[in-house]
Amino acid sequence: MPESEPETVAEICFASDWPEVRRVQREIEQALASFAFPDRDQFYIKIALEEALVNAVKHGNRLDPLKCVRLRYTITTERFEAHIADEGCGFDPAHVPDPCAPENLERPSGRGLLLIRKFMTTVEYHGRGNCMSMAKVRTGS
Amino acid sequence: MSTARRPRITFEDIGDVTVVKFTDKKILEEQAIQNIGDDLFKLVDELGRKKLLLDFATVEFLSSAALGKLIRLHQRLATGGGKLILCGISKTIMEIFELTKLDKMLKIVKDEQTGLNAF
Repeated sequence: MPESEPETVAEICFASDWPEVRRVQREIEQALASFAFPDRDQFYIKIALEEALVNAVKHGNRLDPLKCVRLRYTITTERFEAHIADEGCGFDPAHVPDPCAPENLERPSGRGLLLIRKFMTTVEYHGRGNCMSMAKVRTGS
Repeated sequence: MSTARRPRITFEDIGDVTVVKFTDKKILEEQAIQNIGDDLFKLVDELGRKKLLLDFATVEFLSSAALGKLIRLHQRLATGGGKLILCGISKTIMEIFELTKLDKMLKIVKDEQTGLNAF
């Protein structure tokens, strides 16, 4: 029988405030480093995670400390996956204006979703748009 | 009683150009981004600086919220006949500017000396 792949799986529910977001980020950064993900992959994941968690805490839960963000993540030697759900009204990502369109280039917001999409291998939104899954396949050396 | 907050930027005037450096490696936290924005806008609105060169050599990480501040700063300077130039950006952070097409809107040069010559 083949040996099972090393894996870290965690499920966290945390309050919508910045210290909690930073604590969760540090936890995941340490886990990624322990799996020796390439530096560039770690950078991409950190950016995507930052943007996704800010969206959940700020835009989803409106920084209401009584509302929680649920995060489930899995890290293997080959892949990082995260599923993030907030308690907000959700949104339709198809209706978010393209920040790279010439008419939107000077708008100061709306780039977070683009960075998530570009830096992760897959991104999906679920339900009413208050849940998202994203995954990054480790880059070959 | 108010307590003074930690400075998020340092600046030096070289001729008529103000060179700004960041004190944080990560420009992420909402409050930090707000403070950086306040400090930068103060240079323009209160201290009358018109040519800003932002040196990102110490910065390893920045979020889309920080990009928003840079866009507003660019707009404010352009409106008042000033100019914003960025320099010292790492390869990874440069990817963020390229993906968001902000490298087309903002002037980005390699290093401080190139920036000083580009105004």
